[in-house]
Amino acid sequence: MSFWQSFLRNRGAVVGLAVLVAVLLLAVSAPFLFPFDPWDTRGAPLQPPGEGFRLGSDMLGRDVLAGIFHGARVSLFIGVVSTVFAVAIGVVVGAVAGYFGGIVDDVAMRFTEFFQTIPSFVLAVLLVAILTPGLASIVIAISVVTWPPVARLARSEFLALRHREFVEAAVLSGVSHIRIIFAEVLPNALTPIVIMASLMVATAILTESALSFLGLGDPNRISWGYMIGAARAVFRQAWWLSVFPGLAIFVTVLAINLVGEGLNDALNPHLRRRTSP
Amino acid sequence: MRILLFLGGWLVKAALILLAIVVLNFCLVRLAPGDVATVLAGESGAADPDFLARTRAEFGLDRPLPAQLATYVGNVLSLDLGVSYRTRRPVADMVLERLPATLLLTGAAFLFALVVGPALGVLAAVRARRVADSLITVAALVFYAMPIFWVGLLFILFFSVTLGWLPPFGMRSLIPPSGDLARTLDIARHLVLPALTLGLFYVAIYARLTRGAMLETAGLDYVKTARAKGLPEWRVVTAHILRNAMLPIITFAGLQAGHLVGGAIVAETVFAWPGIGRLAFDALLQRDYNLLLAVFLASAVAVVLFNFVTDLLLRLADPRIGAAGR
Repeated sequence: MSFWQSFLRNRGAVVGLAVLVAVLLLAVSAPFLFPFDPWDTRGAPLQPPGEGFRLGSDMLGRDVLAGIFHGARVSLFIGVVSTVFAVAIGVVVGAVAGYFGGIVDDVAMRFTEFFQTIPSFVLAVLLVAILTPGLASIVIAISVVTWPPVARLARSEFLALRHREFVEAAVLSGVSHIRIIFAEVLPNALTPIVIMASLMVATAILTESALSFLGLGDPNRISWGYMIGAARAVFRQAWWLSVFPGLAIFVTVLAINLVGEGLNDALNPHLRRRTSP
Repeated sequence: MRILLFLGGWLVKAALILLAIVVLNFCLVRLAPGDVATVLAGESGAADPDFLARTRAEFGLDRPLPAQLATYVGNVLSLDLGVSYRTRRPVADMVLERLPATLLLTGAAFLFALVVGPALGVLAAVRARRVADSLITVAALVFYAMPIFWVGLLFILFFSVTLGWLPPFGMRSLIPPSGDLARTLDIARHLVLPALTLGLFYVAIYARLTRGAMLETAGLDYVKTARAKGLPEWRVVTAHILRNAMLPIITFAGLQAGHLVGGAIVAETVFAWPGIGRLAFDALLQRDYNLLLAVFLASAVAVVLFNFVTDLLLRLADPRIGAAGR
């Protein structure tokens, strides 16, 4: 069965993919449908959802719907970019550990364990606070705290592949270690890493929303977490200020998780047989 | 003898991790723009020269880096974490007086998750592919995808504002009732919503993990043997399948300890729970970095202790671990 056939057989994954495409459309269309700054006052404050504001307005008369559209850009951007960085760090650490083995492996794994032990969200908060809040510092913080599982996975894949014939052949023919790691072994270890990465995007979006809920978002870009955090003082009177952005986070994260599981089932058929007989 | 070895090894590991965290703290302060004194004084710019001079002297900023690091490590080891820029109180005291509330919250949430999560997972596995299984699987997917702070706000809207059942914030009533029992009940009532909020995310994780592990174990030969010798089904499920299926869950719970403390920051912020998470949030608002660093250190200590407990649990659940060395 081809990859797409088995992916499409999974109803949850298909729904997830559709929702994800919709969120992507929100992000892309935001500047055209709402060609103004989402921080601008657009009318009376604290209007409930209705004619003027489809999803209501906040305490400064800002349009919640516009915020949701523009916020999708921040969530998706941070989710994807910080995952890319985390995967890069994790793959390098794990690959070096698994490929070279011995003392290098020991050192790299103790380092990984250390980062796995420390309270990751607290470290992320500290990093963003100290580096001053912004897209870059949030991406750095999230990738610094999320790479360890990737490193462990990459290490185990590299350990399994390290002594296969094609790797030994490359070593014998004098190919450099860096070339072997990235051009020979890595392509064969990529599938499980891609599956893990797809699920990490969801975690990254959740982490970003929690950071900006705490007031550590990029002060120039509206984000879903920020909208909920800023409306906390009035959330009893104006439920729409926290319900809609929260719904956006929830639906996006759920969709990504469903797609990730679909990928897992489609790319790892033998694992599926094991977990759901 | 074996237990002594275990304790010794654990102490060495804990000491190394804590030392590494202290060094990390030192590096973090240096990452920030400006020197240590201005960082610790916060971003307000209103730092008084007296505080700056005192901090610079304390850290010996004119000396080489290794010497500064040594001073810092020495200070931390003697539990001198410096003073808060805002309150002028030693941050160690501020953290210690808030720690019990956080331990109560995270402990309650963790227990809740560790009891309810696996129970739901077992139920789902026993009823695999039937209604109960689908309901549990969907619920787990949903709570796994919801931001903790949002769940908290929805709970407050529903259980406190609409139904008026439970208090929406704080740890005690404004006028605490008299009597020990009444006071304990008062705290318990305040604890319900934050603990549920924090715990549900982990209930979702444990339920999914348990279901998967149960189904995987159920196919193994020794389970077939147990059935073949005529054991009642509930014995097979509890004594044979569950006991083995619990191992990955306990391991995972240990790994998640740090995550739990992070969730506590968010939950405590939503529910104004007077723990170190709320303290961290206040420190954040005031850019009180010294206090923030102390919270980080304290939560790291909590995580290391927590890992110790899960290691012990793992040994109780599976005597094979540690028996044969490694």
